[in-house]
Amino acid sequence: MLKQRPFLIETLTAVGLIVAPFVLPHLGFAPNTVNRILVWGLFGLGFDILFGFTGLLSFGQSAFYGTGGFVAAYLLTRAGFSNVLGALVIGMIAAAATGYLIGLIALRRTGIYFAMITVAIAEVFFFVEFNPLSDFTGGENGLPGVPAPSFNLGFTTIHFTDGWSLYQFIALCYFIGIIIALRIVRSPVGAILSAIRDNPLRASAVGHNIHGYKLTAFVIAAAYAGFAGGLLGVLQAFMPPDAFTFDTSGQLVMQTAIGGRGTLFGPLVGATVWLFLQDFLQSALGLGAAWKLVLGVVFVLLVCFLRGGIIGGLVDLYGLVFGKHKRTEAEPDAEVTQPPAPAPMQARKVEHPAYSGPILKATGLTKRYGGLVANSDIDFSVNQGELRGIIGPNGAGKSTFFKMLTCEVPPTSGQIVFGGRDITGLKVTEVCQLGLTKSYQVNQLFTGLTVRQNLTIAALAELRGKFRLDLFRTLSGVKGLTEQVEHTLALVNLTRRADTPVSELAYGEKRRLEIGLALATSPRLLLLDEPLAGMSPRERVETVKLLKSIARGRTMIIIDHDMDSLFELVERVTVLQEGRVLVSGTPEEIKTNAAVQEAYLGGVHGEIAA
Amino acid sequence: MISWPNLVSQLFNGLALGALLALISSGLTIIYGTLGVLNLAHGAMFMIGGYAGFVTYQYTESFILAVIAGSLFVMLLGVVMERVIIRHFYHRPHEDQLLVTFGLGICFVELVRLIFSSQSQLVPPPALFQGITNLGFMFYPTYRLAVVGIVAVALGALFIILYRTRLGMIVRAGIEDSVMVDSLGINVYRVFMIVFGIGAMAAGFAGIVNAPVVSLTPGIGDDILVQTFVVVVIGGVGSFPGAILGGLIAGEIISVTSMFNPGYAYVMLFAAMTLVLVVRPHGLLGVPGRE
Repeated sequence: MLKQRPFLIETLTAVGLIVAPFVLPHLGFAPNTVNRILVWGLFGLGFDILFGFTGLLSFGQSAFYGTGGFVAAYLLTRAGFSNVLGALVIGMIAAAATGYLIGLIALRRTGIYFAMITVAIAEVFFFVEFNPLSDFTGGENGLPGVPAPSFNLGFTTIHFTDGWSLYQFIALCYFIGIIIALRIVRSPVGAILSAIRDNPLRASAVGHNIHGYKLTAFVIAAAYAGFAGGLLGVLQAFMPPDAFTFDTSGQLVMQTAIGGRGTLFGPLVGATVWLFLQDFLQSALGLGAAWKLVLGVVFVLLVCFLRGGIIGGLVDLYGLVFGKHKRTEAEPDAEVTQPPAPAPMQARKVEHPAYSGPILKATGLTKRYGGLVANSDIDFSVNQGELRGIIGPNGAGKSTFFKMLTCEVPPTSGQIVFGGRDITGLKVTEVCQLGLTKSYQVNQLFTGLTVRQNLTIAALAELRGKFRLDLFRTLSGVKGLTEQVEHTLALVNLTRRADTPVSELAYGEKRRLEIGLALATSPRLLLLDEPLAGMSPRERVETVKLLKSIARGRTMIIIDHDMDSLFELVERVTVLQEGRVLVSGTPEEIKTNAAVQEAYLGGVHGEIAA
Repeated sequence: MISWPNLVSQLFNGLALGALLALISSGLTIIYGTLGVLNLAHGAMFMIGGYAGFVTYQYTESFILAVIAGSLFVMLLGVVMERVIIRHFYHRPHEDQLLVTFGLGICFVELVRLIFSSQSQLVPPPALFQGITNLGFMFYPTYRLAVVGIVAVALGALFIILYRTRLGMIVRAGIEDSVMVDSLGINVYRVFMIVFGIGAMAAGFAGIVNAPVVSLTPGIGDDILVQTFVVVVIGGVGSFPGAILGGLIAGEIISVTSMFNPGYAYVMLFAAMTLVLVVRPHGLLGVPGRE
């Protein structure tokens, strides 16, 4: 929903913010309430990038809210600093720096560990504020006397005092905040953050340093929190110590989920609902302290039944009412567009141009899982431009072998040399950046994204390297991205399905996209783990054709059980059995090899194999 | 100020707190290990155990009955919660599970606040354990000593259930691989329900046992929840022995640090957690791959 006309959302936000002071009073909103909503909304912008877009649920944002707030308030009340905006910015930087350090620890783990660690961190900050640092923070008294901003323009001075006057200042901050957030979300980094939320494993396998990007999201969230915390002090003319409490983090999480995660505006909507209900339930209905129970119940119901929150619900409703039924049907199988003509994608430049040996050479590769030996002492080498097949009965260790080659699992012993460079012990991300990647046996797609977005993620890894902070660049500003994506789309014959969500693809299409993801990183050496698995005979024929066209100018190693197709494709075949190389040779040699027949048919050769 | 008896008494305090944390954390960790759900309402379970026991005590004046009623009530609550809500979240992302249990925790706390007000309530220790005990070199509240014993018995019971019964075998197998357990023809959903009940009961039991030590407030579970998290991170998610080890470590850290300056208790706790995360990211007794 964030991909509409340029600047549409920005314009609507600006209009909304300008109109608000004229409309909201009639709905019973006091200016102070509106200001608080905006502060929560700004706080939530960063949090939504972290939670909604990157999928990292932190219960510790209060740490950064409080840090930013108290640094700014301290500067303004105790340190004799008079520039309010400057203090806010310094508070924001302090919060971001804190976020960086905390992120280094919290992001060592993912999922629930991450959530637990952030809770613990926030609690530490709370206690530190109260005790060791109480000389600076005022302990439980907080810091009173935070001044309101004023700007000296030379000829006149603008004072933002309180109420609607202060609203102008806060609204401006929010507006700038939303513009920056939108830029970030639409940048290549934003695209990668969504990919991390969707499938972190594949995001790193196509060559993105996901830890770096997660840390980026964490720091962004901390920066927003820090600035919002500073604004809270300005708004109340007092920096309250309860900014640091777990309740603050919890309220932010709840507001974001109520409003709708992954929408940027969710926290604003959530805060509006929250503060409105708080006033309404407490005073109008006279519920007193029970208001929070009502909110809790509302929240639980929303999480249960309306995953996308209020905004998500409205979007769904809009879709229902105006029924956008322009789903493209799965393309009929019969329609075989002539084999994708486009020249093979440029395999990327060679690291050592002088190197002319085999592109891949593995020696003595062994993998043990406890007592189980998956691969033992495999020597294997593939020449530039070669098409190699690997076959072997189930459990022969083919997939483990591939995982070691792409450095998904480290070998127990042995060495892997790719393009003249020892890659043993590197990470899967780095290996992919060097030009070695694979397509998975079981689809590893970004299921929440469209086909085009999927390929974009993969192509970005090659075009931008494993980590780059181009937060304010648009996707269309990445040179060569569109061409590479379009080209890959054409290669895997998915051009007509480019804007279809992956979840709506047919199985065969998903398999092609799986190959496309690997292809879009422009590998020099492509490993394909059972590309034909589960396909109908017709799909197989098509896919073999596709593989042939990909193979031009590229080195590939293919595992598959479909020997007829495989033998037709490859030049040489290596047979694995019980974790060892049984034999290597041309397809003809393999077909007639007695040992191979025995491996597959279990020692009854001569009777059946004949 | 740091006298020898003072240190010993703090070590005892740490032992009592550590034992409690160990029990609560084992509940959290077996639920997470088996069901894959981190129950953020676990602190509220602890709190409700205390209040359920408190109500029972009001009517019966029997501490034993209070403990039994408190534990059973929380177990029942856990079973209902699993059946009605948690079950629908097994196939949803972790974030949703966190959100819904977080929300439920708030509902529980606010409901208790509504019924009992925010005022603190006190359950006196049973007559048998009232007063103080002379340990020869110092005096120490009898009930706190008893807490260590009571919790040790409870942990022993939990150990027997987990390691010496058929159900325990299934639960441990479920922690390793619940899909496999399911395909062996065991109704894994029923096991999940029972595990959730037992896990919640561990918290509830701790809640009522702790009630004579620290007076009851609706928010009492919040701090405990945070400490429990640290325990689980230190000990390793899904590991029962890890929860016990982590609990004792955390209890001692909090108590001993409090002797010098209570304000640093959490800082030290956090430092310990960070150290574990850096040195052994999967926890002291945890195994890789359970996230």
